[in-house]
Amino acid sequence: MSDQLAIELVGVDKRFGQVHANKDIHLKVRKGSIHGIVGENGAGKSTLMSILYGFYHADSGEIRVDGKPVSIPSSQAAIALGIGMVHQHFMLVENFTVLENVILGAEGGALLAGGVSRARAELKRLAADYDLKVDPDALIEDLPVGLQQRVEILKALFRSADILILDEPTGVLTPAEADHLFRILRVLRDEGKTVLLITHKLREIMAVTDEVSVMRRGEIVATRQTSKTSMGELAELMVGRRVLLEVEKGPPQPGRPVLTVENLTVRDTRGVDVVRNVSLEVRAGEIVGIAGVSGNGQSELLEAIAGIRAVTSGIVTVDGTRVDLARAGTDPAAMRGLGLAHVPEDRHRMGLVTRFPECENAILGYHRDPTYGRGPFLDFDRIRNAAKTEIEKYDIRPADCMLKTANFSGGNQQKIVLAREIERDPVILLVGQPTRGVDIGAIEFIHKRIVALRDAGKGVLLVSVELDEIRALADRVLVMFDGQVVGERAPETAESELGLLMAGASGQEAAE
Amino acid sequence: MTAGQLPRWVDYGLMPALNVAAAFLVSGLVVLLIGENPVEAVKVLVWGSLGRNEGIGFTLFYATNFIFTGLAVAIAFHAGLFNIGGEGQAYLGGLGVALACLALDRYVPWWVTLPFAVLGAAAFGAAWAFIPAILQAKRGSHVVITTIMFNFIAASLMVYLLVNLLSKRGSMQPETRTFESGGRLPLLQDVLPGTDFGSAPVNFSFLLALAACLLVWIVVWRTRLGYEIRTFGANPVAAVYAGISPLRITVVTMLMSGGLAGMMAINEIMGSQHRLLIEFVSGYGFVGIAVALMGRAHPVGIVFAAVLFGMLYQGGAELAFEMPTITRDMIVVIQGLVILFAGALEHMFRPALLRIFGVLAARPAPAA
Ligand SMILES: Nc1ncnc2c1ncn2[C@@H]1O[C@H](COP(=O)(O)OP(=O)(O)OP(=O)(O)O)[C@@H](O)[C@H]1O
Ligand SMILES: [Mg+2]
Repeated sequence: MSDQLAIELVGVDKRFGQVHANKDIHLKVRKGSIHGIVGENGAGKSTLMSILYGFYHADSGEIRVDGKPVSIPSSQAAIALGIGMVHQHFMLVENFTVLENVILGAEGGALLAGGVSRARAELKRLAADYDLKVDPDALIEDLPVGLQQRVEILKALFRSADILILDEPTGVLTPAEADHLFRILRVLRDEGKTVLLITHKLREIMAVTDEVSVMRRGEIVATRQTSKTSMGELAELMVGRRVLLEVEKGPPQPGRPVLTVENLTVRDTRGVDVVRNVSLEVRAGEIVGIAGVSGNGQSELLEAIAGIRAVTSGIVTVDGTRVDLARAGTDPAAMRGLGLAHVPEDRHRMGLVTRFPECENAILGYHRDPTYGRGPFLDFDRIRNAAKTEIEKYDIRPADCMLKTANFSGGNQQKIVLAREIERDPVILLVGQPTRGVDIGAIEFIHKRIVALRDAGKGVLLVSVELDEIRALADRVLVMFDGQVVGERAPETAESELGLLMAGASGQEAAE
Repeated sequence: MTAGQLPRWVDYGLMPALNVAAAFLVSGLVVLLIGENPVEAVKVLVWGSLGRNEGIGFTLFYATNFIFTGLAVAIAFHAGLFNIGGEGQAYLGGLGVALACLALDRYVPWWVTLPFAVLGAAAFGAAWAFIPAILQAKRGSHVVITTIMFNFIAASLMVYLLVNLLSKRGSMQPETRTFESGGRLPLLQDVLPGTDFGSAPVNFSFLLALAACLLVWIVVWRTRLGYEIRTFGANPVAAVYAGISPLRITVVTMLMSGGLAGMMAINEIMGSQHRLLIEFVSGYGFVGIAVALMGRAHPVGIVFAAVLFGMLYQGGAELAFEMPTITRDMIVVIQGLVILFAGALEHMFRPALLRIFGVLAARPAPAA
């Protein structure tokens, strides 16, 4: 780390209507360092990075890159200044190869051939220098998310970025993939690149950053050397109060079964069985956690139970009503009618219509409910009132139910989905990755809500790739591997044992 | 990531206005190229379409057609469907109208015939959209392709029907007999006291078109069905998650779209021609696409866009008459330019406007 500054922000300010997203930001990022930024949902982190990357224009203030004042009117300008960005939601062309994606927009001339061979050589060099190995001829859609993210990094480096911005890069990664990412980031730093890293996981901040800045309500409230701070202090700086990093919950009082799944098998479009003969039971008043590395059939399992995904076989009983899923076909509305609520893993793809105002998303899936209008009509006064109640209860910011959902920060979008599904007071709640992209204050709140639902005698089926979350919330843990439930354990089971099960070791091997 | 936002009035007002201005600018250059005075030409065009009562009447008559075909395209847009079969659906709608009129015109007054004619127009237009809808929903055949093909089928079918079955006995003309008074809509000037549109054919259908706008607005933005349509159009995966059946929405929306396109025939057949004749749709169905694009698929925008295209049709005819060097084909070029700038290059000025308004604090616009 040197004393030279890669980036300096002086008095940067940005408003969206009444929302003051960035207030008089002063930030110094040292050249050749990894600089973390943490903060609550809606604190303004993504906005600040978007200003750096030329997506938004600051209302006032100055940006200096390598000491020189610059203006960044577009992302092309940012790239020209050596700033690269890895987006939270990848911007890759799915049916293009890695190589094609990397050169997209930087083809270097009208004819492809020259650019392609140059790019191939360059990719090889980058792969060797930074341990960034990806098959240049693989199609993006065939790559796991971890590798897709590597392609995003390669894209930035290919455009000779010296400053790399990563906005919540680990949200979609498995722990192993995240570790690999951090190794790459350290190599990049050691090669003299500067990295700006946004994350909600304080542990990652402690593990990989050199310095960390904390944002709260649009302001930078503190900058610390990572080695001289602690997770507790950061949490307190972020939220302005002490945060419970542990979930408080009493022993479960399981009652009658509210969800039974028998012999559920799901075949995907390629003809592969992604869920294989899964049977499980959730009782009233308990939380059953499904642990597993992502991509082992958990999401498909939830979608099949919710009636969204076609199955080859399987019988689901919700609160006493048997449904033969193979015979009934997909009918999510019917499953909802039985008292089943579902927080899907991917809020952008499935849980929200980001183009709608918030209040219209607050009724998604429940829009046929008689409380929202008479006959064929919707009553928007009632819808808005219901939305406002949820906004208040879940502290969704900004508290404006007419704001376009895309304009809410990532964590607040997550809260919109959670509020909608939990407040419906379901008999059984299916929930996938409830706290992905959510700040620690909100995690505490969401965990409390889920435990409260349990204590009110409801069943919860929880899927999460965060082992910590599973262990903290679940009363029983099922481990899924390769489409099958490979074991059931108590949440107190050693992390190493669960980890081995998740990696496909047999029960006995894991226990040893 | 969103590319940034513009205030509503810019998005819905200024930008379309700029697009049209650009189209006229380029048209002006073309006019200049063939040696005419563009300022004169614009004068003739505007005067011809808005200057006199009769001109206004013609403008509104054409606008009526465009409102129906524009609404048809718009409602399908909201479901993410691109119905470019308005042409064929309107053509078939004409058959529905004509059957109702031929059956009733001698026995009852127009206002008794009208509900049947409306039903016939909507039902026949909808039926013509039904097969493409089913094909898309069940088999994934894209409606863009199938609706285009159905335009051709409609054209052949109607020629066959008109030549072989529906034409007057002993006549060589491929058209039905002329309707009696029970099959003719009154002129607008006879319904709205105090108005006078000379010999222009603008008729009661104009009011129907406005009513259709209101109805479409209510359906799309105030009903559960409309909510489902918009959800499906904006995010089909979320729609499935929400328990909305893609099959049902695709079919229902296409039926409504086809029905609206069919309604155009009320204006042409029952309101003006008073008989079913060959090729009466003559491109109104296609222009409806431009009208819907320019009107941002919103009924209010569609009314404005429809009137603009009505002006181009009427003023263009006037222009071809006044300035012989500007032929009919030139008018088509100008219309084409408007379609190009308002439709295809819709967002051309967006980056510039974003830069201008990005400096000002943009109030977020709710999408409702
Ligand atoms: N285009 C926009 N229009 C209106 N408001 C916006 C827009 N983009 C962001 N905001 C608002 O600005 C504030 C800051 O949002 P930002 O996305 O920067 O938060 P964040 O710190 O990245 O949060 P998260 O951790 O949830 O991702 C939020 O209140 C958000 O609703
Ligand atoms: Mg963010």
